Amino acid sequence: MMKAFLILEDGHVFTGTSIGSKKEVISEIVFNTSMTGYLEVLTDPSYAGQAVCMTYPLIGNYGICYEDQESLRPWPDGYIVRELSRLPSNFRSQDTIQNFLKRFDIPGIAGIDTRALTRILREKGTMNGMITTNENYDLDEIIPKLKAYTTGKVVEKVTCSEKTVLKGNGPKVALMDFGAKNNIAKSLNQRGCQVTIYPANTTAEEILKASPDGIMLSNGPGDPKECTDIIKEVKKLYESDVPIFAICLGHQLMALANGMDTHRLKYGHRGGNHPVKDLETGRVYISSQNHGYVVDTDKLDPAVAVPAFVNVNDGTNEGLSYTGKNIFTVQFHPEACPGPQDSSYLFDRFMDMMGGKN
Amino acid sequence: MPKNPDIKKVLVIGSGPIVIGQAAEFDYAGTQACRSLKEEGIEVVLLNSNPATIMTDKDIADRVYIEPLTVEVVEQLILKEQPDSVLPTLGGQAGLNLAMELEEKGFLKEHNVRLIGTTSETIRKAEDRQEFKDTMEKIGEPVAASLVVTNVEDGIAFTNKIGYPVVLRPAYTLGGSGGGIAYDEEQLIEILSNGLRLSRVGEVLVERCIAGWKEIEYEVMRDSAGNCITVCNMENIDPVGVHTGDSIVVAPSQTLGDKEYQMLRTSALNIISELGITGGCNVQYALHPESFEYCVIEVNPRVSRSSALASKATGYPIAKVAAKIALGYTLDEIPNAITGKTYASFEPMLDYCVVKIPRLPFDKFISAKRTLTTQMKATGEVMSICNNFEGALMKAIRSLEQHVDSLMSYDFTALSREELLEELKTVDDMRIWRIAEALRKGISYEEIHDITKIDIWFIDKLAILVEMEQALANEELTEDLLREAKRIEFPDNVIARLTRRKESEIKELRRQWNITASYKMVDTCAAEFAATTPYYYSVYGGENEADGRSDRKKVLVLGSGPIRIGQGIEFDFCSVHCTWAFAKEGYETIIINNNPETVSTDFDIADKLYFEPLTPEDVENVVNIEKPDGAVVQFGGQTAIKLTEALIKMGVKILGTSAENVDAAEDRELFDQILEECHIPRPKGHTVYTADEAIRAANELGYPVLVRPSYVLGGQGMQIAINDEDVDQYIGVINRIAQEHPILVDKYLVGKEIEVDAVCDGEDILIPGIMEHIERAGIHSGDSISVYPAQTISSTAKKTIEEYTKRLAQSLHVIGMINIQFILCGEEVYVIEVNPRSSRTVPYISKVTGIPIVPLATKVILGHKIREMGYEPGLQPEADYFAIKMPVFSFEKIRGADISLGPEMKSTGECLGIAETFNEALYKAFLGAGINLPKHKNMIMTIRDADKPEAVEIAKRFEALGYKIYATRSTAKVFKENGIHAIRTNKIEQPSPNLMDLILGHKIDLVIDIPEQGVEHSKDGFVIRRNAIETGVNVLTAIDTARALVTSLENTDIKKLTLIDIAKVDRK
Repeated sequence: MMKAFLILEDGHVFTGTSIGSKKEVISEIVFNTSMTGYLEVLTDPSYAGQAVCMTYPLIGNYGICYEDQESLRPWPDGYIVRELSRLPSNFRSQDTIQNFLKRFDIPGIAGIDTRALTRILREKGTMNGMITTNENYDLDEIIPKLKAYTTGKVVEKVTCSEKTVLKGNGPKVALMDFGAKNNIAKSLNQRGCQVTIYPANTTAEEILKASPDGIMLSNGPGDPKECTDIIKEVKKLYESDVPIFAICLGHQLMALANGMDTHRLKYGHRGGNHPVKDLETGRVYISSQNHGYVVDTDKLDPAVAVPAFVNVNDGTNEGLSYTGKNIFTVQFHPEACPGPQDSSYLFDRFMDMMGGKN
Repeated sequence: MPKNPDIKKVLVIGSGPIVIGQAAEFDYAGTQACRSLKEEGIEVVLLNSNPATIMTDKDIADRVYIEPLTVEVVEQLILKEQPDSVLPTLGGQAGLNLAMELEEKGFLKEHNVRLIGTTSETIRKAEDRQEFKDTMEKIGEPVAASLVVTNVEDGIAFTNKIGYPVVLRPAYTLGGSGGGIAYDEEQLIEILSNGLRLSRVGEVLVERCIAGWKEIEYEVMRDSAGNCITVCNMENIDPVGVHTGDSIVVAPSQTLGDKEYQMLRTSALNIISELGITGGCNVQYALHPESFEYCVIEVNPRVSRSSALASKATGYPIAKVAAKIALGYTLDEIPNAITGKTYASFEPMLDYCVVKIPRLPFDKFISAKRTLTTQMKATGEVMSICNNFEGALMKAIRSLEQHVDSLMSYDFTALSREELLEELKTVDDMRIWRIAEALRKGISYEEIHDITKIDIWFIDKLAILVEMEQALANEELTEDLLREAKRIEFPDNVIARLTRRKESEIKELRRQWNITASYKMVDTCAAEFAATTPYYYSVYGGENEADGRSDRKKVLVLGSGPIRIGQGIEFDFCSVHCTWAFAKEGYETIIINNNPETVSTDFDIADKLYFEPLTPEDVENVVNIEKPDGAVVQFGGQTAIKLTEALIKMGVKILGTSAENVDAAEDRELFDQILEECHIPRPKGHTVYTADEAIRAANELGYPVLVRPSYVLGGQGMQIAINDEDVDQYIGVINRIAQEHPILVDKYLVGKEIEVDAVCDGEDILIPGIMEHIERAGIHSGDSISVYPAQTISSTAKKTIEEYTKRLAQSLHVIGMINIQFILCGEEVYVIEVNPRSSRTVPYISKVTGIPIVPLATKVILGHKIREMGYEPGLQPEADYFAIKMPVFSFEKIRGADISLGPEMKSTGECLGIAETFNEALYKAFLGAGINLPKHKNMIMTIRDADKPEAVEIAKRFEALGYKIYATRSTAKVFKENGIHAIRTNKIEQPSPNLMDLILGHKIDLVIDIPEQGVEHSKDGFVIRRNAIETGVNVLTAIDTARALVTSLENTDIKKLTLIDIAKVDRK
């Protein structure tokens, strides 16, 4: 067993064992509190540019079931766990996490006190870190590097390269892929939609030219403000009369396109237990979440949009309904995977917005 | 939605006596709920027949009624107290059934009382088999093919259609009473007919057997606005086929992917929504191990044992939240008390793994079948928390206090590979030990899985533990190896054994290598939010979050571990009250305990809770962090007392009675010396170590003698012997369990048994009251009917008892509690047992005398004097009430257990009858214990020769009440000679119609079977008693109990019971 080290920009060093690739990586360190769904987390493109720590200590128990992947490959820069199961057990299990990480050259570290790491991130906020197998690391040299590191533009890394179509007899939906999880397209397709998945750099004109019945803006990684070009296109989509539903990054981009601001949360919301309140009905739903940024609603102009969902825990915005438009957007993940399916009814709402054709 | 302003006064119904399937978890839930209601300014009226509970304390409810849980009592209580609402979902099945009966009768409506928590329609939809099935079908939730039957014939016909095996589940019973799996027609008839009888409504569900599937549970909550969440899910390591209460359970599920997890979660939320439950609910699933097929097994529309476990496993206070929901609050309005930042409308995320192991009573019922089925047998459970599964399992194993500390503790090494493969088919409490041995013998995971259906993931975890045993035994003990062994929670003594070193050497190595336990917090949110509730578990390797610094004095309170026969909920009552009393005195309080069912392990009882095994090593780890100023051991039963020596070695001061004096009470020679000095007689006896010595001692004393190991609780291993053969056999049994202490052989005296609890401050004593047992000596005090105030003893004897208690307390230098048992022969008072600690009777005597003994004892421990607390020392004046404590048994749950009473305790719980007259109190006590006669007015008597003269008088009285008495040959003869019209009946081995036919004919109310003392050499009596119990017939095995019962029956014309508010009993 080879030793591995997780070095944080605040100088903390965790010693564990190396898993996956042996290569050295610098990344933003985040934690996810889901107790199941590690494969869905690994293959969620929103984790591009981050190394993710799972707070649940026993990972890999049911192995890898490829059909559960949310995209074709794992995206995190690094993977941090307390313990990897040496023997996965599930009737669908096809492989182990160890092999999966190796195959995609993703480095990781196991055997560290993930709770202690989580507490640091909670208290000090998300920070950068390095996973290395080099025992002779030099903190004086590494820490400035960690502090200087920025994630940069990641959407372009994760979006598809060309458009694809999922056949269906219902409404035609244009899905803007900013790093979309598979289950978004699947959820629409299962409701009968014909889903056309577009690369993130597709222009609004091209999308509108295909005269879709609805537009879906997907989730994705990174700081929404980095997506300056996309925001311009989103604004054009806003100005069309096509019904729009947006999730996570898509929700943030629509807000930015309409003059709102976003800010970075101290340590983000990543997990499957976040309560969100539907302000229209007063009902609370447990949601799947994965975001480090949030839309600022302090100075929200009700003529533009009104809050549709709010996080019960910290009161942050979880969704917007655009005034006078057939547009609503959510910060959380109604497509679940991993996590609770409680808010999947939002896809039905989107179907209704498109005229209930299904 | 805010609180409903119309709810001002709520009746909470408790669950009654502790029986298998309904244990301390309902005291925990009920107590938490009552506190939650009071927090909201609600006036709480509490009804529970169990005096040992914390919920029946006046600190918990405003009005407290310890009365039988019958419809009549609840009706009377509602008329008397006029509550506007009844909360029935916190008192287990007993409370729920009562509320349903009242609702069905229209009584609640008539008196404008609403059911809060959950509506009767909901309860019916969840509990009525057919309605439940229809509801599930309506929302497309699969259930196993099943049919509700009300007779055996229909059951056979349906089973022939769906095929064997089938599972049988009686409706409206608790702990799966009377249920089971039938593999053929003979078994079907047996189980089904039994189940039909036990069901309140005479219905049994016959169901497709899904044994071997994964058993998964979800705990869900829903509010009146329709918001729902899951608190957690749990996976039974034992697949479907073993009652979840008897299964080893892990939380969260370990072998389910997100797809399976969410599929079942969504299903559980759909179910709770469709049923319209407002509050907590438990949904049990069978999940096919190789597909996504699943079946809903059962829904409990109430707080349950599993919800207690889920609360402790996650930190989410289900009962508290359920109570708030019942008042009208929605989940997003109820703050999460653990984080203080979030709300109840979230789902706990665990960053650890929880293992629960049932505490099974086979050490008490040696003759019982150890097989685990769908009928629950466990009396209690232990829980442990660790950040790895292996560690959690190891901690749970050693928490059991059943002489097990590793996977080597049951020895199957003698079995061959083939024998082991055969034995793996046995489903009992030793299954994981057998699997461990199979792994040692090289049997493959697949073979083990094929036989046991236990998931390979768990088998691999057991293999990891076995590999560690082998590594420790065969490899050099390096730092890395020791670190890894501790990570997976091998205790030092096991490591020492395997490495052939001393435990102290292992400890020293750990010190050198800095391998120490650190503590992590249970915070409901996997560290996402800062939590304020110090609820800890230990891990090796990692940051320590527990901060031992404090500017207050600190006291360590040791809990009493799992509920078992002989050490029940009473000790949790004592631990909790002691903790509260220390807090009032300004101390910081720290509890260590491992029982998830109890109030003491609720997160807000002590300032800090350590959920840990109660072994010296585990306690020392806590002591190292907390460095308490002292520890109290006298409230946690024998579990805590046993830790005294270890605590002293750690340098922890024992508060109250010193360790030497505890020893003096338990060490026979020292104790004899003290008795002699005090001029107190006791039955003659000897201390011996071998069977030969025992036989010699017995002959010198003259039979009958009482044989028992020293240092026991609940009379474990205690027996009356009438000849050498008996002695020989008992010593064999006693030695089967680890025995480090000598064996006591005493002359057995027949006389009245008297018990006192007292508080001593070093000078003065306070005796709240003298309790007299109805059964004469020879029956364990815990199994005897206990009467306060003592009825039949002279004032001279009372004086003597007071004087002896004082002398003993003083010469043992007792500071705090002492419990003494006496035998009264004529006017001669003998001491038979002294326990320098709190006892089983403390909650009962506190409540009926209104003297808060535990807080008083705690204050005394802290240096206060009895006089300065406003009490006149000595025996306190008698209360205006008669209070009778009645033992309650769970014999019908334990196949093959001998039910005859003796010096070994067998009861699982107790109830109270309190009234202004003795007869009414006795009547209430029998009623509370579920002995509700007459039905058919037929009874069977078979009496040993010695008791025949007394039996005549009793039989006459039964006859006068209109009972037809069947009796075996010699009993019938004596009865006839005395003018009783007894019907002589054939014994079992004789031709039909015999006794067995009578019992199975369902026409018998009562069997009075008084067996000979000593070893019963005929199996007849045993078979009669078992069959009677299993067909629901009341059986008495002591002549004194029979007399008490007939007295009670002579007074059943008491129509209107007087209900007594215990909260108003105050003697001060």
